Amino acid sequence: MNDVCSINNLTQCLLDGGVSPDLANLLTILGGVVLVATVPLVTVIFLIWIERKIAARVQDRLGPNRVGPFGLLQSVADAVKMLTKEDITPMGADKFIYNLAPIIAFATVVLIWAIIPFTPLHIGADLSIGILYFVAVASIGTVKIMIAGWSSNNKYALLGAFRTIAQLLSYEVPLVLSLLIPVMIAGTLGMQDMVRAQGSMWFVFMAPVAAVMFFIANLAETGRAPFDLLEAESEIIAGYNIEYSGFKWGMFMAGEFMHAFTAALLAAVIFLGGWWGPFVEQVPALGFVYLGLKTAVVYIFGLILRSTVPRVRIDQLMALNWKWLVPISVANVLITALLLKVVDAIGLAPQSGDFFAHLPQTLVLLVGNLVLMFGVATVLRNRGRAQRLVDEAAHPVEHEDAPVVAGAVGH
Amino acid sequence: MFELNAQSIAFIVFALFSLGGALGVVTTRNLIHATLYLILSLFGAAGFFVLLSAPFMAAVQVLVYIGAIAILIVFAVMLTRSMTRLSDIYNSQWLLSAIVAGLLFVLLLVGVILPVWGVNGTQAGREVSSIVTTTVDLGKALVDQNQYVLPFEVASLLLTAAMIGAIVVARDDKE
Repeated sequence: MNDVCSINNLTQCLLDGGVSPDLANLLTILGGVVLVATVPLVTVIFLIWIERKIAARVQDRLGPNRVGPFGLLQSVADAVKMLTKEDITPMGADKFIYNLAPIIAFATVVLIWAIIPFTPLHIGADLSIGILYFVAVASIGTVKIMIAGWSSNNKYALLGAFRTIAQLLSYEVPLVLSLLIPVMIAGTLGMQDMVRAQGSMWFVFMAPVAAVMFFIANLAETGRAPFDLLEAESEIIAGYNIEYSGFKWGMFMAGEFMHAFTAALLAAVIFLGGWWGPFVEQVPALGFVYLGLKTAVVYIFGLILRSTVPRVRIDQLMALNWKWLVPISVANVLITALLLKVVDAIGLAPQSGDFFAHLPQTLVLLVGNLVLMFGVATVLRNRGRAQRLVDEAAHPVEHEDAPVVAGAVGH
Repeated sequence: MFELNAQSIAFIVFALFSLGGALGVVTTRNLIHATLYLILSLFGAAGFFVLLSAPFMAAVQVLVYIGAIAILIVFAVMLTRSMTRLSDIYNSQWLLSAIVAGLLFVLLLVGVILPVWGVNGTQAGREVSSIVTTTVDLGKALVDQNQYVLPFEVASLLLTAAMIGAIVVARDDKE
């Protein structure tokens, strides 16, 4: 018998109340679904506020500060404004598909929340294939962009969709390859098991290269600066979603903000130990706090990056992915697989769950990662030197100019 | 034999998805709609994998097929002159191929329903195996020398060859 009914003991509670087991089960699952689907919708309003505040601070502005305390209700006002705007469907648009695209856009992001372990107890669905589920759901994202671009009956939207698809597909390769590393170390695809495996050592210490790759690939997947070519608001108006207005446009935008936050959440779960923290095993609800803090670190770092770095060109975007990220990810997978086997063979694999048992393995993997980083840095330096020589041969710099100018100032 | 529970309802929904989607693919005159119907049909197949306790296969189905079909749409858009109102018949032997395809379908149906070529799974009323294989088993089977390592390697080699072939075909020789 439970005194208080909560989401933790809802099934038992309903059973005690005389509800049939099937119905109680269904109601519990339904409650979980509603909760998991609603939280992102509410969160996104405050995410936009945080984003605008931080961008404003970086650019030496105040940001929204008129509506509500600290401008907190600015996003609510914006949302209301968006809802009351006219909903335009362009002439010749494929209506059904045109209306379907924004729904898919937001649904694919909300679906990811189903597998995120917030605390040891709270997870939508602890699938045995958690990571693969994330990759599969994320891959549906390309479909939404294609059908939004095509159904708008606008050639700019279609071209924008092509450009975006090329970007998303390219960066999916390093994203999946970097996810392979924590899967190999933890030996599981399940999200909850993956967090448990980080109990004594976060994966970011064992696989820093994979964590950085995951972060960069996610910046591109979510269309964040410096990879925001799909929107590029200062150069072109928008891409695939140019014809959308009002609430449907809002769905795309909300999906985009939510996706960026979800990516930070996943990075915290997979590389930063998820809900682990002091006393979390005694008080599971603390997991929300720890996961929130870790996510905030990743997310705010992304936000500051967004408002400080310039946008890359499309050829630079492709070159960065195919010439750098993909080869580095493949090398990283090979090195980590080899080192894990070596560690296992010479008996350094962790036998127990405490910190010191994990230390040898972590050090070996860390050294492997450092060697890889050093290799990449060497190649980068040599390339930079070679490029500088080519540039100087093409446009000779006249070093004699400098003293003359200095002399001119002296007169 | 047939009872209405959550599982059978899910089965019916997924069957409608995959059959209706497949029907849509061949009847619509709009290439984009055809690819979207194909997505629906393959999504139904992914649902069957979930019902058969093979979540790994379901995720791979969505990842490989639905994720890759966006690319198919891109190709459909880029390679065709008119995607929306296909009225020209490009193949003059369509009637012959339709009859052959119909006959093959009847043959398949007879083979599954009637015990003409020996008893098969559907007729024997076999129970679904209670052994749920995990992803780990699947991974081990793929690299086990007594199981599927040879087909696995041959398939990898074939895909690599196809990729290199595509690069060679697409490369500009003038450089």
